[in-house]
Amino acid sequence: MMVSQLTRGERQGSILIAAAVALCGLALAIAGRNDPLGVHGAFVLVGSVALIAFLLSRLDSPEPDVSRRPSEYYDDPIKVGIALSMIWAVFGMFVGVWVAAELAWPSLNFNTAWLSFGRLRPAHTTGVIFGFGGNALIATSFHVVQRTSRARLAGQISPWFVLLGYNLFCFLAVTGYLMGLTQSKEYAEPEWYADLWLVVVWVTYFVLYLRTIARRKEPHIYVANWYFMAFIVVVAILHIVNNLAIPVSLGHAWSYPIWSGVQDAMVQWWYGHNAVAFFLTAGFLGMMYYYLPKRAERPIFSYRLSILSFWGITFFYMWAGSHHLHYTALPHWVQTLGMTFSIMLLVPSWASAGNAILTLNGAWHKVRDDATLRFMFVAAVFYGLSTFEGSFLAIRPVNSLSHYTDWTVGHVHAGALGWVALITFGSIYTLVPSLWKRERMYSAALVEVHFWLALIGTLIYVFAMWNSGIVQGLMWRTYTESGTLAYSFLDSLVAMYPYYIARTLGGFLFLLGAIVGCYNIWMTVRASPAAAETALKDLPDARWAEGTATTPAE
Amino acid sequence: MDIDHATAVAFSKSWGLFYLIALSIGVLIYTFRPSNKKRFDRAKKTILDKEDRP
Ligand code: HEM
Ligand code: HEM
Repeated sequence: MMVSQLTRGERQGSILIAAAVALCGLALAIAGRNDPLGVHGAFVLVGSVALIAFLLSRLDSPEPDVSRRPSEYYDDPIKVGIALSMIWAVFGMFVGVWVAAELAWPSLNFNTAWLSFGRLRPAHTTGVIFGFGGNALIATSFHVVQRTSRARLAGQISPWFVLLGYNLFCFLAVTGYLMGLTQSKEYAEPEWYADLWLVVVWVTYFVLYLRTIARRKEPHIYVANWYFMAFIVVVAILHIVNNLAIPVSLGHAWSYPIWSGVQDAMVQWWYGHNAVAFFLTAGFLGMMYYYLPKRAERPIFSYRLSILSFWGITFFYMWAGSHHLHYTALPHWVQTLGMTFSIMLLVPSWASAGNAILTLNGAWHKVRDDATLRFMFVAAVFYGLSTFEGSFLAIRPVNSLSHYTDWTVGHVHAGALGWVALITFGSIYTLVPSLWKRERMYSAALVEVHFWLALIGTLIYVFAMWNSGIVQGLMWRTYTESGTLAYSFLDSLVAMYPYYIARTLGGFLFLLGAIVGCYNIWMTVRASPAAAETALKDLPDARWAEGTATTPAE
Repeated sequence: MDIDHATAVAFSKSWGLFYLIALSIGVLIYTFRPSNKKRFDRAKKTILDKEDRP
C-alpha cells in the first residue's frame, strides 16, 4: 500500500532519500564505534537499507494514475500513522503499567540496568507523548488540513518522510534510554544527533502543512488548522532552543547544553510547559474542533469564541512555564509572572472546553448512544478539569504542598489520560471508518467496552494519585511539638503502597482498553467494504461515515 | 549599551505588557469585524459537508 500511490520517479526519489539517511547512519556507526552513538548509527543504517530493499522490490509494481490526483485526497500516510499511533499506545502504556508496578514492587526491575525505573520512565513518557500522541497528531493533521482546505497534501514523498522520520526519532529516543542515554531534560531526553534529525523532519512537516494550506479552495482557514500550525511552529522553536548543546565530540552521543544554572532551568521549563501547551494541548484542540462537530453533526457552538481562545491559549501559555520553578533560585517576579499567566490561562482553556460541551447541547441523546462521541465529550470535561487543577497548582502556596508529590502525577494523567488519550480515541474512531470507507467501526460494543475501561482506569489512576499526593504533601510538612518533622521520608513511602497498587490497576484497565481498540480497528480495516454494507443495511441509524456510498452528493 | 539584569527586567515589564494589549485589541477587532461574520459562518458549516473530494 505504501508505494502504490507513488510513480516510478517518486519511488526512485524515495530510494535516494533513504540512501542519504543510510549514509548518515553509516557515518555515525563508524564515528561512534562502541559508543551508543555507534549502535544508533547501525540501527539507522539497517533500517534505511531495509526500506531501500522494500522500495526496490516494488519499483516496477503498477503506477498510479497521476491525472486523478487533484481530485483525490492522499490518505495512505494517514492510515499508517494511525496504525503506528496505536502500536506506540500499547507499547507506551505497557511500559507505564510496568513502571507503575515497579514503584509498588521494586524488585520488578530484576536487577537489570535497562529495566530500571530511571530508564523505563522516559521510555514511557516518550512512548505515550511522542509515539502515541505525536503519530496521532501527524495523522489527524494530515486528514484535517486536506478536508478543511479541500486540497490534496502538497507532496507525495514528504508526508512519508515526515511520518517515518518522526518514528525514527522516537525509536532512537526509546532505544537510547534503554542504553542509558539521556541529556537529563524531561521530555527532551534524546541526544544531539536525534535532535538534529528531528529538526529536519519538523521543518519538512511545517513546509508541507503550509503548502497544503496555500492550495486551499476554502477562503477561510478553519480554526482546527490554526491549532495544528501553532503546534508545529511552537514545537519547532521550543525544540531548537531547549536542545542547543555542544557534543563532547562527533564520535560521542553525549553533549553539554549551552545553558547553565538557573537559565538552563528556565529554558527547560519554558520548553516543558509549552510542550504541554502545544504538544499535549493545541494539537489535540485541533482534533477536537474538527472531529467533535463532525461526529455530532453539529457546527461548533461559537466560532468566534474558538478564535479568541486560540489566541488566548497561544499567548498566555508562553509565559506560564516558570510555575514549575516556584521557590527556586529563579527571580521571584518571574515566578509571580508565571503564576499570574497560569491563572489567566483558565479563561481561554475553559472557553475551549465550554465551546465543545455547548456544541453538544441539544444532542445529548447522541452522547448517550454513541461511545465515540462520548469519548470526546468526556475528554472535554477532563480538559476543563485538568486546566482548572493546573491553574490551582500554579498558585505558589498551593505548589508548596503539591510540588514533588504524586499530586503532580495525578494532574498529569488527568490531562494525559482523560484529555489527550480520550480525545485521540474519539477522533480515531471517527476517522477510521471514513478513511477505510466503511460504514462504521467493526463493533460498536467494543468501542463501548473501550470507553468504560478507559474512563474507569482514568478515575482509579487519578483518584489514587490525588490521595497519595496529598497524603505525601501533608506528611512532609507535619511537625512535632518540638519542631522536628513527624514523619521520615520512608514513612511516607510506606503510606504510598496501596495507592501505587491502585494506580497500577487503573493503568492496566486503561491499557486493556487500548488493546481492545486495536483489535476493533484491525477488524474494521480487514472487513471488506461490501460485506460491511450489506451487514449494516437493516440498522436504522447508520452513523455518519464520510464519503461512503451512502452519500448521494457524490 | 550594557544589557544587564535590570535592563532586561524593565524591557519585559513594559514592552511585554504593551505588545500583549496591542495583540488582544487586534484579535478582538479581527474576531468581531462584521465583514468577517460570513466567512466564519461558512467555515463552521462547510466542514460538515459529506462530500469527500478535494
Ligand atoms: C496505561 C496508562 C498509564 C500508566 C500506568 C502510567 C504510569 C505512569 C507512571 C508510573 C509514571 C511515573 C510517575 C512517577 O515518577 O512517580 C508516569 C509518568 C508520566 N506519564 Fe504516564 N501512565 C499511563 C499513561 C500515560 C499517557 C497516555 C500519557 C500521555 C499522553 C502519560 C504521560 C506521562 C507523563 C507526562 C509523565 C511524567 C509526569 C511527571 O514528570 O510529573 N502517561 N506515568
Ligand atoms: C491551564 C492549564 C494548565 C496549567 C496552568 C497547568 C499547571 C501546572 C502546574 C502548576 C504543574 C506543576 C508544576 C510543579 O509543581 O512542578 C503542572 C504539571 C504538569 N502538567 Fe499542567 N497545567 C495545565 C494544564 C495541563 C494539561 C491540559 C496537561 C496535559 C495534557 C498538563 C500536563 C502537565 C504535565 C505533564 C506536568 C508535569 C511536568 C513535570 O514535572 O514533569 N497540564 N501543570
